[in-house]
Amino acid sequence: MATAAAPDRIPSVARGAAAVPGPRERAGDRLFRLGVAAFALLILALTAALAVMLAVESRGTWRSFGFSFLWSTEWDPIGGKFGALPFLYGTLVSSALALLIAVPLGVGSAIFLAELAPRRVSDAVSFAIELLAAVPSVILGLMGIFLLVPWVRAAEPFLTRWLGWLPLFRGAPYGIGLLAAGLILSLMILPYIAAISREVLLTVPRPLKEGLYALGATRWEVVRGVSLPYARSGILGAIFLALGRALGETMAVTMVIGNTPQISASLFSPAYTMSAVIANELAEASSPDHLSALVAIGLTLFGLTVVVNGLARLLIRRLEARG
Amino acid sequence: MNPLMMNARQPEDPAVPRPTEPYGEGVPLAHAVGERPVVMTIRNLRAGYAGGASVLKGVALDVRERAVTAIIGPSGCGKSTLIRCLNRMHEAVPRAWCEGDIHLGGRNVLHLDPVVLRREVGMVFQRPNPFPTMSVFENVAAGLVLNGERDRAKIAETVESSLRRAALWDEVKDKLASPGVGLSGGQQQRLCIARALAVRPRVLLMDEPCSALDPLATARIEELLVQLKEELTVVIVTHNMQQAARVSEYTVFMLMGELVESGPTQRLFTQPKDKRTEDYITGRFG
Repeated sequence: MATAAAPDRIPSVARGAAAVPGPRERAGDRLFRLGVAAFALLILALTAALAVMLAVESRGTWRSFGFSFLWSTEWDPIGGKFGALPFLYGTLVSSALALLIAVPLGVGSAIFLAELAPRRVSDAVSFAIELLAAVPSVILGLMGIFLLVPWVRAAEPFLTRWLGWLPLFRGAPYGIGLLAAGLILSLMILPYIAAISREVLLTVPRPLKEGLYALGATRWEVVRGVSLPYARSGILGAIFLALGRALGETMAVTMVIGNTPQISASLFSPAYTMSAVIANELAEASSPDHLSALVAIGLTLFGLTVVVNGLARLLIRRLEARG
Repeated sequence: MNPLMMNARQPEDPAVPRPTEPYGEGVPLAHAVGERPVVMTIRNLRAGYAGGASVLKGVALDVRERAVTAIIGPSGCGKSTLIRCLNRMHEAVPRAWCEGDIHLGGRNVLHLDPVVLRREVGMVFQRPNPFPTMSVFENVAAGLVLNGERDRAKIAETVESSLRRAALWDEVKDKLASPGVGLSGGQQQRLCIARALAVRPRVLLMDEPCSALDPLATARIEELLVQLKEELTVVIVTHNMQQAARVSEYTVFMLMGELVESGPTQRLFTQPKDKRTEDYITGRFG
């Protein structure tokens, strides 16, 4: 045991001197160690309990539908038919759309704030960005309904005219739908990407940047050649954190996505996400089958975030290994 | 006590450069060093940071071609700022300013595009700073790629010749694809020298290039300097007076932002004209 061996590690000269920690302090150390270990284990236990709870509560659904629950497109609580695919689709597509918009904007503004803007401007803008991250999502949802959706409705005919050869941009311009959900999500995750990427870019050592400047590089060449490669794993971490947030976001999305469990090739059509259907239907789920199916969707969402985070870890580790 | 006398090397050691003629006191600088043309002329150079005291208070200096000019002086005397003005790296620091005249081949450096200037005036830094995401090869090729070189054969050729000139080729030729940061400190610094040489600069600035290196690695860099000055001009900042005495033809002594004295190294170390130079090189302060 570590406690038994501890006295031997104290140099003999120091032993017995006043500076040697007394037995009581060592007991305190031990208490501290056990205490923090318990907290750490508690987190693990909570995560495991969460998974177990979801699995147990949704076992009815898995028993009756099996894995076909994941790729069945039918969602009919009254008829007792449950399939998760439309929700899976809505979650994945709205999150992907959000990343598509927020990554270039977020990384771009981080580059501006970290490399180009004067420090005072950079700090002020960063403060505003962090404020944006703190806005409750229901408020963003209100903004989505009153501002974003009318804009999207107005813009959709133009998108159809210019990009209508893609099935993505065809269909009736409701305003409400996947496109609006993707836009509101991108607004929500933009602060994460921008703020974290800026912090990471600020850690790029000055001598490295000067090394490339000294070879006759322009600012942009230094950003591309030194800063971004150095910061890439951190920026990727920021993107995955943002993706995690987008996958789970409920309130703002449900307010603008239209809440219709369907899979359509068009970004204009209403859709539904996993978190939104749980939040909307849980209170009204009267049959045990319906309840169980909602929990099964919860388990699917949980699994999806675990997979996304695992992939992120792998990718970041590989990038770091490459130096 | 004179650093030259303290030098452990024997006078006949070929690695110790000696000016070809003895320069006596009272000989005008321009005349005394007349055998080498001036490549850079610095006049009334002032520099500093906005809101702070100026670091350089009017420096005048002629940098001679194909020779090593060493800048010595105590910490904070402005020697690093001086060479960082020569490739306008000083101005890259927020709030820094620089004014005066620096002429390179008839052009005022302070009016040139820094990007163009830095391809002619290369720099090696205090700590080796190979690009961590690049291999040995990519580190040396970085400057060429910036210059728009796309011909792979030509890049490979220049990388090899630059590594040879930096006396590193034999040590890294089998690990060109491995990361540059995997080399030892001394190798990393020679890699940085190769990287600077690859864009064929006329002038190479070195800001205390050996301060992070062990004595053996330092000796290798010093040997390298003796070869490099055959083809280009080197300006080196050093804390180490023995190093200045060993590698340079000309020495500049700076103190508190002013250039106190400059001249052929031998003369400056044996017959300093200024009392402050004498005090410094005899170790009475600094």
